[in-house]
Amino acid sequence: MKETQDIANQPKNLERPPIVLQIKDLYKSFGENNVLNGFNMTLYKGENLVIMGKSGSGKSVMIKCLVGLMEADSGSITVMDKDITTLNQETLDILRADIGFLFQGSALYDSMTVRENLEFPLRRHSEKFDHKTDTNTMVIEALKNVGLESAIDLMPSELSGGMKRRVALARTLILQPKIILYDEPTSGLDPITSKEIILLMKDIQTKYNTSSLIITHDVDCARYISDRMILLIDGVDYTVGTFKELSASNDPKIRAFFKQ
Amino acid sequence: MSGIKSIENQFNSFLKEIGELSYFAGRYFKEALKPPFEFKELLRQCYSMGNRSLLLVAITGFIIGLVLTLQTRPTLLEFGAVSWMPSMVGISIVREIGPMIMALVCAGRIGSGIGAELGSMRVTEQIDAMEVSGTNPFKYLVVTRILATTLMIPLLIIIGDAIALYGSFLVENLKGNVSFTLYFNQVFDSLEFGDILPATIKSFFFGFAIGLVGCFKGYYCKKGTAGVGKAANSAVVFTSLLLFVIDFIAVFVADIFYEL
Repeated sequence: MKETQDIANQPKNLERPPIVLQIKDLYKSFGENNVLNGFNMTLYKGENLVIMGKSGSGKSVMIKCLVGLMEADSGSITVMDKDITTLNQETLDILRADIGFLFQGSALYDSMTVRENLEFPLRRHSEKFDHKTDTNTMVIEALKNVGLESAIDLMPSELSGGMKRRVALARTLILQPKIILYDEPTSGLDPITSKEIILLMKDIQTKYNTSSLIITHDVDCARYISDRMILLIDGVDYTVGTFKELSASNDPKIRAFFKQ
Repeated sequence: MSGIKSIENQFNSFLKEIGELSYFAGRYFKEALKPPFEFKELLRQCYSMGNRSLLLVAITGFIIGLVLTLQTRPTLLEFGAVSWMPSMVGISIVREIGPMIMALVCAGRIGSGIGAELGSMRVTEQIDAMEVSGTNPFKYLVVTRILATTLMIPLLIIIGDAIALYGSFLVENLKGNVSFTLYFNQVFDSLEFGDILPATIKSFFFGFAIGLVGCFKGYYCKKGTAGVGKAANSAVVFTSLLLFVIDFIAVFVADIFYEL
């Protein structure tokens, strides 16, 4: 059995808001390489949950299993009371409108302008919004949220790394998701831009009351944004707790993360 | 012994690739017939492919016409058969040289472009972003591109053939003082329905092969920039090989019909 140590106080769990996302006993391997060995996690409504782990520890694999980009070997993934491992493609696509995903490298479509990048998710999920809602207004509103309305007609190649990340965040927000998944949101950015992105993520969470799952190995990011943290070690959820609790731990495996 | 093993391994991986390509083609037909249809993207791809390749095809066609006539003329003169030049050039360009060389040029231009573009989208997670946004990337990226090459390559071959014949006429006009009307009358008198139809059908298969292999190599591109380069390169190599195989089959089938 896995050796999870839930450092967070038990009584807190009784006051928890509803669960929006839950992973139970997730296993995933690539040939002989066992990446996830029974990973468990729970995300509550309105919470910022940070998952930290070393490079190659399976963080990105886990997040990709979560949105159906990869198929898990076994285990269950429940998103808003729906087990995504049993959904057909059509139902999964509808559910995906409620899950925003910010990719590590922003993943903006090179051949499209910023406006077209933001309009792209709307073409498939138009039924989610009022028919009278103007696409242009929605695009401008989403860009305003990230402070980039002036970049609307630029191509991704004309944007800096930080701007790309903001546009990607605006594209994630345009569908008004209930859950946002961030895959290394600050990687490859300078400390000042990283801080700006972190503050933006906090603002968005406050404004839209979204639940966020943040995958990172940036300790500063975890310190600023996390309500709770999970350390992913050897494919399992090694420990769960707040940043303060985990950073004060004497366990050498946990301490290794905070020595950076 | 290790040499035999290596050949065996290469042969096995070649067969595996053929199997995967066949599955990919099967998925294409399945997705192409299922709504929603991406007409806007299809038109964009048709325009982009036609527009990008027209000049290359025109220059190649013109040079083929010039060279073929200049090379053949002395031999025909020797036998007093120079009046056969329009018929000979017309039949050889329309039946074989035109479609084959234009298809090889397009494989280099369009096939490698598709391989590199989709490969780059794969490694920068743009294809994943598309899938997460609820759009079927196979339908949006692959179906539209294969359909566009299947429609545009025959058109480019027809234009290339026409320019090649014009190039040939220019040589005849300069060296033999043959008029435009006389030259093209002779070309069309010698061409039969049985020359044009197989060549046209064959060019649709060439277009399909160029799109299919380019998309296959790009869509399943391995991670990293080296993977993108490899996808583009192997798209050209594999397509060129496939074009010769299709050409052989087309000639073989056409020959059976001629005999009937």
